[in-house]
Amino acid sequence: MKVFEKPQALTDAVLHYCPGCTHGIIHRLVAEALDELGVTGRAIGVAPVGCSVFAYNYFNCDMVQAAHGRAPAVATGVKRSDANNIVFTYQGDGDLAAIGTAETVHAAARGENITVIFVNNAIYGMTGGQMAPTTLPGQVTQTSPYGRDVSKVGYPVKVCEMLSEVDGAAYLERVAVNNVKNVKAAKAAIKKAFQNQIEGKGFSLIEVLSTCPTNWGKTPIDALKWLDENMLPYYPLGVYKDKTQNAE
Amino acid sequence: MSEKVLMKGNEALAEAAIMAGCKHYFGYPITPQTEVAAYMSKRLPKIEGGVFLQAESEIAAINMVIGVSSTGKRVMTSSSSPGIALKSEGLSYLAGCDLPALIVNVQRGGPGLGGIQPSQSDYFHATRGAGHGDFHMIVLAPSSVQEMVNLTFKGFDLGDKYRMPTMILADGTMGQMMEPVSLDLGEVTKYDKPWALTGTNGERKPNIVNSLFLKPEELEQFNFDRYKRYAEIEKNEVMYEEYKMEDAEYCIVAFGVAARVSQNAIDEARKNGIKVGMIRPITLWPFPKEVLNKAADKVKAFISVELSMGQMIEDVELSIRCKKPVLLCNRTGGMIPTTKNVLDSINEAVNYGGAK
Amino acid sequence: MAKVTFDESLCKGCGLCTSVCPKKIVVLKDELNAKGYHPAGITDQSACIGCAFCATMCPDCVITVEK
Repeated sequence: MKVFEKPQALTDAVLHYCPGCTHGIIHRLVAEALDELGVTGRAIGVAPVGCSVFAYNYFNCDMVQAAHGRAPAVATGVKRSDANNIVFTYQGDGDLAAIGTAETVHAAARGENITVIFVNNAIYGMTGGQMAPTTLPGQVTQTSPYGRDVSKVGYPVKVCEMLSEVDGAAYLERVAVNNVKNVKAAKAAIKKAFQNQIEGKGFSLIEVLSTCPTNWGKTPIDALKWLDENMLPYYPLGVYKDKTQNAE
Repeated sequence: MSEKVLMKGNEALAEAAIMAGCKHYFGYPITPQTEVAAYMSKRLPKIEGGVFLQAESEIAAINMVIGVSSTGKRVMTSSSSPGIALKSEGLSYLAGCDLPALIVNVQRGGPGLGGIQPSQSDYFHATRGAGHGDFHMIVLAPSSVQEMVNLTFKGFDLGDKYRMPTMILADGTMGQMMEPVSLDLGEVTKYDKPWALTGTNGERKPNIVNSLFLKPEELEQFNFDRYKRYAEIEKNEVMYEEYKMEDAEYCIVAFGVAARVSQNAIDEARKNGIKVGMIRPITLWPFPKEVLNKAADKVKAFISVELSMGQMIEDVELSIRCKKPVLLCNRTGGMIPTTKNVLDSINEAVNYGGAK
Repeated sequence: MAKVTFDESLCKGCGLCTSVCPKKIVVLKDELNAKGYHPAGITDQSACIGCAFCATMCPDCVITVEK
């Protein structure tokens, strides 16, 4: 009996991500959740701009590609068109927490019944490693070559903490994919975020701490350690909001 | 069934959209088009499946439009000049994704925050530079409340037929004035949308709505193909109206409120024996090039009457290939040309070159 | 009896799978695949316990596990 194989909700397209990039793990977790909940056939995904723009080639469901940061607004339209659609966005940190901050916050404030997968790897990957809204203090990137100087460019945006104050948000959890235990917890969180949507419970966002070995300048295995040692202290894992328990 | 009701332009347009089968509206308040949103907020929640949503920004609104359009349903947004500028990103994506949608621009004066009085100074934006990249929108210019209704209904049809955004380019006057209108619009034509995102149900391959092509030869081919469709539109969908052109020696070109003022001026000038007529473009893209070019063989001069510093005049000159002089009669910043302004320009045309 | 198979053609040789195997039987091979990477493989199938840790960490769905 197969205990582990590629989920049906992923196409056969070969992922274009760099070796060791954990986008691939997160794609798989989303696909597993869709399959296990039996909603792939009515799922409509919204791809972002950034490394994961090609998500539209990888998920085995209808997909629309949004302008940079606008995925939550596009998802709002898709969901409002037909409430039966299971709508998700898959967005990176630049997309969701910089150019698309307004769309993110207001989709949450409206309590849009959608699922947002937010991949935070503390850097702009596609454009070659520039400072992201989530780049850590002191972190060296192409556009913070002396390290992120918070006195000049400010502090990282903590998305789950910020959205936890937004009344309309139903479920917010931060997870990571840097070891087997965390991947399993991430899977459970992502599945819950889709389950919430199926049950009409409103806006769910799962922030997934992810690696970018190429632009961090690390081997894939060292990148997992770097995430553990540097990102986890700044971005603590856990459930930041859960209104779903009380929801009818 | 041709009973007429008295309606404000913006509200008549909104009702026509509903009659065209549009059940989704996304917008953001801005003068002088806010009545469209207000009307939709009252009507749509009372219609089965109707959605009115006030977005957090113009940018969000146009992207919500993209979301609904990608599912194959009719959808619209409306705004006024500064808000339309913000929607430019989404207009380009609509075009790049081959998605239909109706966008209404009830223009006000610019640039910048400008003013809130009527204007036609977004002509360049609508016909030339609605966003980045190679694309056009179909641009319809109503000059009465009845046309606000008819062109809205038609605009949805053209958008679906050619899979592209259609813009109603109205000036503030059209939005704000009241006239009796007939809402007898006939049947809505339904178009097959096999590309729409409706969920695969596990029965077909995924549909993808996308405008990204990293291979330049692929993007080039998509643009070539899109422009073939545009050529069809230029051939089949040009709309204009002629006024007293049969014997005209001078031709006014004007749209929207400028055409109404010009019509009065033409009637006045003809009392003095000046044979002047008008060609009123109803489609600003595609522009009625052929009819203007033919008129250029007959008339002595053209006058472009505009509520801008002179934008459509470039299309007039291009259309007639500079065969005849083209004068500009314009007011801007929210000012409307008066009958006297137009009469002065007609006299200027008559005396052009010192001879009659 | 657990069985783990690797679709070597998909492997990018990142090695994440090798770092989590409790039996230390997942390794990168010396030879190159068509992509030019050293693909992951297993040294001792009989030692596999079918925990699927390797597959859990694989970003490219290279690994199938049977039990």
